[in-house]
Amino acid sequence: MIYRETGQYKSNYGTDEQIFPIRQDRIGVMIILAVAYLAVPFIGNDYWFSAILIPFLVLSLAAIGLNLLTGYAGQLSLGSAGFMAVGAFAAYNSMLRIEGMPFLLGFILAGLSAAAVGIVFGLPSLRVKGFYLAAATLASQFFIEWVLTKFPWFTNYSASGVITAQKMVLFGYAFDTPVSRYVLTLVIVTLLALVAKNLVRTRTGRDWMAIRDMDVAAEVIGIPMLKTKLLAFAISSFYLGVAGALWAYCYLGTVEPQAFELARSFQLLFIIIIGGMGTIVGAFFGAAFIVFFPIFLNLFTSTVFAGQLDPGMLSHLEQFVFGSLIIFFLIVEPLGLARLWQLGKQKLRLWPFPH
Amino acid sequence: MLFFIEVLIGGLLAGVMYSLVALGFVLIYKASGVLNFAQGSMVLFAALSFVSILAMGVPFWLALLLTLAIMVLLGVVIEKVVLRPLVNQPQITLFMATIGLSILIEALGQMIWGSQVHGLDLGINDIPFNFYGVFISQFDLFAAGCAAVLVAGLSLFFHKTKIGRALRAVADDHQAAMSVGIPLKHVWTVVWAAAGFVALVAGLLWGSRLGVQFALTLVVLKALPVLILGGFTSIPGAIIGGLIIGATEKLAEVFIGPYFGGGIENWFPYALALVFLLIRPDGLFGEKHIERV
Amino acid sequence: MSVQGNSILTVNNIEVIYNRVILVLKGVSLDVPEGKIVALLGANGAGKTTTLKAVSNLLRAERGDVTKGSIEFRGKRVDKMTPPELVKQGVIQVMEGRRCFAHLTVEENLLTGAYTRKVSRAEIKRDLERVYAYFLPLKERRNSQAGYTSGGEQQMMAIGRALMAQPAMILLDEPSMGLAPQLVEEIFEIVRDLNQKEKVSFLLAEQNTNVALRFADFGYILENGRVVMDGKAADLAANEDVKEFYLGISSGARKSFRDAKHYRRRKRWLA
Repeated sequence: MIYRETGQYKSNYGTDEQIFPIRQDRIGVMIILAVAYLAVPFIGNDYWFSAILIPFLVLSLAAIGLNLLTGYAGQLSLGSAGFMAVGAFAAYNSMLRIEGMPFLLGFILAGLSAAAVGIVFGLPSLRVKGFYLAAATLASQFFIEWVLTKFPWFTNYSASGVITAQKMVLFGYAFDTPVSRYVLTLVIVTLLALVAKNLVRTRTGRDWMAIRDMDVAAEVIGIPMLKTKLLAFAISSFYLGVAGALWAYCYLGTVEPQAFELARSFQLLFIIIIGGMGTIVGAFFGAAFIVFFPIFLNLFTSTVFAGQLDPGMLSHLEQFVFGSLIIFFLIVEPLGLARLWQLGKQKLRLWPFPH
Repeated sequence: MLFFIEVLIGGLLAGVMYSLVALGFVLIYKASGVLNFAQGSMVLFAALSFVSILAMGVPFWLALLLTLAIMVLLGVVIEKVVLRPLVNQPQITLFMATIGLSILIEALGQMIWGSQVHGLDLGINDIPFNFYGVFISQFDLFAAGCAAVLVAGLSLFFHKTKIGRALRAVADDHQAAMSVGIPLKHVWTVVWAAAGFVALVAGLLWGSRLGVQFALTLVVLKALPVLILGGFTSIPGAIIGGLIIGATEKLAEVFIGPYFGGGIENWFPYALALVFLLIRPDGLFGEKHIERV
Repeated sequence: MSVQGNSILTVNNIEVIYNRVILVLKGVSLDVPEGKIVALLGANGAGKTTTLKAVSNLLRAERGDVTKGSIEFRGKRVDKMTPPELVKQGVIQVMEGRRCFAHLTVEENLLTGAYTRKVSRAEIKRDLERVYAYFLPLKERRNSQAGYTSGGEQQMMAIGRALMAQPAMILLDEPSMGLAPQLVEEIFEIVRDLNQKEKVSFLLAEQNTNVALRFADFGYILENGRVVMDGKAADLAANEDVKEFYLGISSGARKSFRDAKHYRRRKRWLA
């Protein structure tokens, strides 16, 4: 009843093709954006911005990137953190070595370099499928990690291997407060998320989904395998590269390979699976879960078990609960939180009737 | 030249150790289509349980039996709590569930048995054999022997017995297997218990090599190239893949590594496996992907 | 519909819901008399496969639940049995789209059907030979991998596999799907043979209404999750409504579009 679509007629192609055709959806998205842009910068505190909201946004962006490759195009990839690392280091090096490089252009270059690397490591996908491809993408993860640590040119010959990220200055305004970084990240993420949502509705998106569902049939009806798969890797890596640059510049403040290890790749994979593969909103749901859950768990265990367990045991307990929750979520809804959301909307359509 | 042979043999035997871990993967994948990322944690859990039970003063063989019982129990619980609700889900969902499982088992092991490093002594002398001027470790030979026995036994099981056939059917299509009357829960309990047993063997051998510590879970990352190369569904493939990966990894480390400043053994096996994959996309011995459009 | 002889399967007013939100079967009742072939007909999405899966209890794996009604096999309630238990009772389903074990050989596929039986190897071999006698092409391909066999061979393999379990009743889901018409005739002839010689009852879900009504004894027509018509197969085949909506035979001369709109028989049973 709340979600009824009756009475919402479309009278021209423009309204028929809009991203959110249902009025309730549009209102909901507008409210969320209004709160994010207008309310949060004023009521949030620094801790929230730098420790919660910025990582949430950047991880959502990275998850969108991985979702485009794995959820929409069906190419399972375990090397996503490697592409983020490429992005971060590309942004750093471009701003370092090219005089007067504006940081936004640096981010774009980060995305483009990651895309180029992504294409190279995406070449095996033309021959290899499924878990074999996943294990092959691990090659990219380890290789990139090795290259970035082994060749000091990337870290500008710094002794410790950890470099501070440069300041981000736009027309004289420096983005160095948590609020400003939050707004910057928010703008970039909403823009790129909008692009992604449109992208999956275009022919490219449909080609990807065709390949995901049955690639032999897709090839038979004339979808070019080479171009489409490599485009998936390229665009996905672009998103991952930009996310990596944002992670280094807006969140960590340093550029280091350790932030982009295998654990990060798995974290992104968790995000899209728990959030819902093959959806854009799923990336946000999953990132919210991954960012908020450890905080809640920490709060919970430290209040309930305060002083009774030593910190080592506490952290093991947290890990135990985390692992169990992942399994629990997968059992309850294997298609992720996005599917739960869809079912919820379906229920709202029929409420107060059960089915 | 002698040095080359020594490195080669050392590599081959190291490869056998990788194969032992890979065997656990193949077992579960062949029988349920699940890529069990938790195999590494199971190896650690088995080794931890064993040394902790030993440290309590229990004699060797009794400790072994008790650990085996624990691993079987673990398998039963995993099947009931994790796999049964996820019947018929796509492979990637099950894979993610096993990643969650690996976090869980690791944490569980360390909560129960503590997280300090334990040494493990299996009572095998590590005096190297001198074989025509080439030194071969006795320990490695023993490991190779164990692996050979396991491989022979498992291959026979899968291809010559009724339940082995049922396992392969389940791996192909859960729902069809259910519709034919194959009781998935019994089947999977058997498989996971068997994988637990393999994990125990691997855990004991690796544990005496490296000491029983958290790093044991990382052997998974060494087993994956073996699986890619040999094929996820092939038991002999796990051994041959292991031999190839082990040998080339050691040879590359010794002869090519110095040109790059070392450290290539992290990605070199993967790159090698990738090259093989381009020629045989299902691994050297894996079952070919059959698709009907 | 009045019951002819003993009912081997009674489905009583079942309601099936998927994901707790989507109602698929809205009160379906049917009856399969012992030793007969009953056809379940209807368009796509009518609920035929769901009905079969509700009987063989494969719904749970697809997040479906039977929320109302009961299912009885030979007088015993079977709602709560697991699929393997049902197979032991004598009910086995041949799933839609054949679903063979692609990496096993044809012979191994057939042997998996006998998994639940605790009999000697010799007896299983005899059953295997009997199945090969019904499905000759399978015998020639007994050692090839099932994934590489043709659609018709796979369909035969699926039915043969079900036969190996020595069932009293087979639930056959869309056996004609994806098969050449001549092969469809062949398969249905074999089904009739099995029904008459081996005394296996069949509940057949089929979209090819023409062929199904020729070989079945009774039929039920499903529409949108409800049974809208039932009766002897011969009666259904002669029924005007069935002829127009499912067999594509309309009475009378050619109609213009306007006539068709005006005089087209309406589906009166749509709620």
